[in-house]
Amino acid sequence: MDPLSIAMFVAFGLLIGTLFGFFGMGGTFLVTPLLLILGYPASVAVGSGMAFVFGTAVIAALKHRELGQVDYRLGISMIVGTAVGIEAGKEIVLALQELGLASGILGVAYVGLLGAVGVFTLLDARNRRRRGPSTPNGPTLAERIQAVKIPPMLNLRGGISISLWAALAVGFATGLLSGFLGVGGGFIRMPALIYFIGMPVPIAVGTDLFEIIFSGGIGTFLYAGAGGVNLGIVMPLLAGSALGAQLGAAATRIVDADSIKSVFGWMLMGGATAVAVRQIGSALNNPTLETVSMGLIFASALFVTGVIAVKVARALRATEPSSNAEASTRGGTP
Amino acid sequence: MSQFGLELNGTVDALAVTGVVLVEALLLYALYGGLTRTLARVRARHRDRRDP
Repeated sequence: MDPLSIAMFVAFGLLIGTLFGFFGMGGTFLVTPLLLILGYPASVAVGSGMAFVFGTAVIAALKHRELGQVDYRLGISMIVGTAVGIEAGKEIVLALQELGLASGILGVAYVGLLGAVGVFTLLDARNRRRRGPSTPNGPTLAERIQAVKIPPMLNLRGGISISLWAALAVGFATGLLSGFLGVGGGFIRMPALIYFIGMPVPIAVGTDLFEIIFSGGIGTFLYAGAGGVNLGIVMPLLAGSALGAQLGAAATRIVDADSIKSVFGWMLMGGATAVAVRQIGSALNNPTLETVSMGLIFASALFVTGVIAVKVARALRATEPSSNAEASTRGGTP
Repeated sequence: MSQFGLELNGTVDALAVTGVVLVEALLLYALYGGLTRTLARVRARHRDRRDP
């Protein structure tokens, strides 16, 4: 591979890694389209994308672990529920395929779900800003689920106690949607952890990344067995994402939860629009629309990364006056 | 085709590829972590020299 291509992959890895570390998602619908545009066959695009997501999730989860933002008990419970749910989702798809309804329903469902989660997250972040600080146990739906006291109970980070069966049920529901849509599921699991379980946002991101290590690792193994993982692509992508993932993970400590949610919502809206345009382009056999769709995806990724950088810079600048004031009081120079 | 130019069993090859990705991720994490800590030490030393 020539040095320019390597540099391009490293830069792209940095961008996606930042999003991954910050949101716990974003790898699948950015890397795979990029590799398809560059002309790699679908199996290599998906397999290498999967391997990249696996490696980046390892790095980001380790950083979140450093920050005390990974709940292992919840993560393992959700993995079990998700695995069963994915299998059930896959069976539904096969049944729809036999009826000849799979393509139409899946396309609409994917765009609808992305858009719905995006809108819901944006509205929640806006309403919280208007109301003021959130209640200690999070949104009402999460409080209702936490009120289900069927033992055994899991005591989670963030002071939350939830029934193991509730965690398994939420994992099953997210796995069902992932298996049905054929996606990694970060954009489903992250909101589920926040709104159904009531996890604080940074811990939801860290725990989600912990789960992705397992699904990504299994996916990498399966695709590698079929010759779908190109290490020449994965290694430079990882080199860039290693730094980005740590920056993104560290940013969750600095940027407030509602800002994370609103940026997440905007990214999902951008993703939903891009996927809708791509599906229309495929249906009309219009390659221009497919190119527009790719442009929208990358523009959304760049925009969101820029917003994260600005919010981090503002948050850091906001802490400087207190350290300057402290130094003045001590008689030193700021 | 095997990633490593060897005619290996598919499962072994897949394990090796997965292992390479995992090891690269761990090495990069350690490398950037080490760089971050070194940078923090340099900044702290610079701050101490500026404000003894």
